[in-house]
Amino acid sequence: MAELTYREALNAAMCQEMDRDDSVFLMGEEVAEYDGAYKVSRGMLERYGDRRVVDSPISELGFTGLCVGAAMAGLRPICEFMTFNFSILALDQVINSAAKMLYMTNGQVPVPIVFRGPTGAALQLSAQHSQACETYYVHAPGVKLVTPATPADAKGLLAAAIRDDDPVAVMEGELLYNVRGEVPDGEYVIPLGVADRKRSGDDVSIVTHGKMVHVALQAATALAREEIEADVLDLRSIRPLDVDAILESVARTNRVVYLEEGWPFAGVGAQIVALIQDEAFDDLDAPVVRVTQADVPMPYAKNLEQLAKPGVNAVVDACKRVLYL
Amino acid sequence: MTDGAGPGENTMADGSEPAASTGPGGFTREELHALLADMLLYRRFEEKAEEAYAIGKIGGFCHLHIGQEGLAAGSIKPLRDDDLVITAYREHTQAIAKGISPGAVMAELYGRVGGCSGGRGGSMHLFDTTLGFWGGHGIVGGQIPLGAGLAWAVKYRGGDQICLCFMGDAAVNQGAFLEALNMSAIWHLPVIYVVENNGYGMGTAFSRVSATEMEARSGACGIPAHTVNGQDVVETHRFFEELAERVRAGAGPQFVNAVTYRFRGHSMSDPVSGTYRSKEEVDSHVEAQDPIKILRDRLMDAGLLTQEELEALDAEARALSDEAAEFADASPLPDPSTLYDHVYAEINPHGRLFLDGREHGSGGARDGGRGASGSPAGGAHG
Repeated sequence: MAELTYREALNAAMCQEMDRDDSVFLMGEEVAEYDGAYKVSRGMLERYGDRRVVDSPISELGFTGLCVGAAMAGLRPICEFMTFNFSILALDQVINSAAKMLYMTNGQVPVPIVFRGPTGAALQLSAQHSQACETYYVHAPGVKLVTPATPADAKGLLAAAIRDDDPVAVMEGELLYNVRGEVPDGEYVIPLGVADRKRSGDDVSIVTHGKMVHVALQAATALAREEIEADVLDLRSIRPLDVDAILESVARTNRVVYLEEGWPFAGVGAQIVALIQDEAFDDLDAPVVRVTQADVPMPYAKNLEQLAKPGVNAVVDACKRVLYL
Repeated sequence: MTDGAGPGENTMADGSEPAASTGPGGFTREELHALLADMLLYRRFEEKAEEAYAIGKIGGFCHLHIGQEGLAAGSIKPLRDDDLVITAYREHTQAIAKGISPGAVMAELYGRVGGCSGGRGGSMHLFDTTLGFWGGHGIVGGQIPLGAGLAWAVKYRGGDQICLCFMGDAAVNQGAFLEALNMSAIWHLPVIYVVENNGYGMGTAFSRVSATEMEARSGACGIPAHTVNGQDVVETHRFFEELAERVRAGAGPQFVNAVTYRFRGHSMSDPVSGTYRSKEEVDSHVEAQDPIKILRDRLMDAGLLTQEELEALDAEARALSDEAAEFADASPLPDPSTLYDHVYAEINPHGRLFLDGREHGSGGARDGGRGASGSPAGGAHG
């Protein structure tokens, strides 16, 4: 174990996979000479050369399509988005090409590609740079999605994503890159589809993913001061989804809050609520409550931004609501 | 076939083959007959598809290539087997040109398991990557960056294949076109972008939606532009032979404005002429710009084709198209149990991939016996 930042852990995963497989390469804006807009690929150009660490023009649709084409031909591109906000320009290639290619070719053409970069809000970046993009990706069958919350998960999930034979989106967080944590040395891979209980408790389940895991843990700490023990379940992987882990937690606590960074309408939480009511209705002692971003574009002003983001207090309140406190 | 020498004016420029009979473009009589046979097959195949569509054997969208056969044969036949072709959705004949059997193409149009995409793709998504045919893409311009990516993979691996990336004239107005051409140029990719310029994007004349001539569209990326008459299969074939070898030798990306004309509507629901082009315009092209008639007349004038030979070639083309339709008819519908196949290449051992709550055979199925109707374990009310 070594203590690494989240960004160093991502870098370690890419290097781990590029060392073992020449078909893996990294392409994106500023990934090479600039060392990455968030310095995730620091040193990789020097280590692997410009054949495998490639600065793209600012052409999200174009370089994403190029990476998808390269993956169709059997390479394993890591396609970095400076942020997933910009990937909205590339969604045609994600949804219409990458997600559907295997199906419409009757299995002839797998697309082993990774789309990665930060999703969600940082601090006062305003409306166009603060979106949680999970729903856009997870909506389409054919795409997988993971959302590491810790440095260890970042290393293990990114490695698994690179090895996976399908398109996998790895959604990170600008505010997570400096987070430090213990990361296993050597080869480390976390299978997709395995949630992780970040805190145990029997009173209420806070199910969440990505950066919001940290908000959930703070909320759990606050609740503990009032002798309420929250179970914090980090899904880690949205597709495949660890349904067993969700149902196990629901069966134990009978009360659930879903916390996510994105908007509520057709959000990830909407799917989780549908799943729980469908498969664990009798386990529930209260309706599931979602905590999400306010249903507005992200405002710039500090006070409004705080109001729009799902915060610790909102999670605490939601937990009390499902506990009828 | 070595008999039937043509008139003396059809000799190789370098005079190196005194024994061989050559015709237009320096091709042998046998080669010219083969090109004619290819185009006749494409024509008869599309007419068969048109017929099958009319009686409901083919559904959805169906875009015919009738009128553009010279370009399919002239650009794809010169390629090596391991070269790559990627294209848009008017691609039935291109698929056949790259080696997919007419039966496998027709069965795909019919939505049958014998189709080259197993009935999952349909008219717009024909694939056989073992033959270097990479689709069949339905979003205008979407295949252009993919083509750049195929070429990028060739270069990454140090291969010497080239990629031929087709698009319609309307596709050059998509951002994907500019983005892909620019990247191809900066990375010097082995790709030829071929615009099948039939003058209309659906019902909109190119001249109405482009500020410049087609040839100017690649210049901003420093990619050389060429124009070829796609109705002249001989000229087109010789042109692509030469260009393909230049690109293979490292000339970098190229842009070809291949001038052609569509004899049918945009798709089956679009009349041949009407609101956006006149009957006179279509008739004049059918009369004077039919790639099959052009080659036929040249061969007959040169004494390289008799009426009997033409009829025999056409009969063969009709027979192959009939056989393709029979094969398609006989091919079964896809097995319903395969609905969930090939959504994912890798079914992860953990977690659920399909969230529709339905039963399905492979991975992602409901696990742990906790289906909606199952009794929830540990479900005591708190």
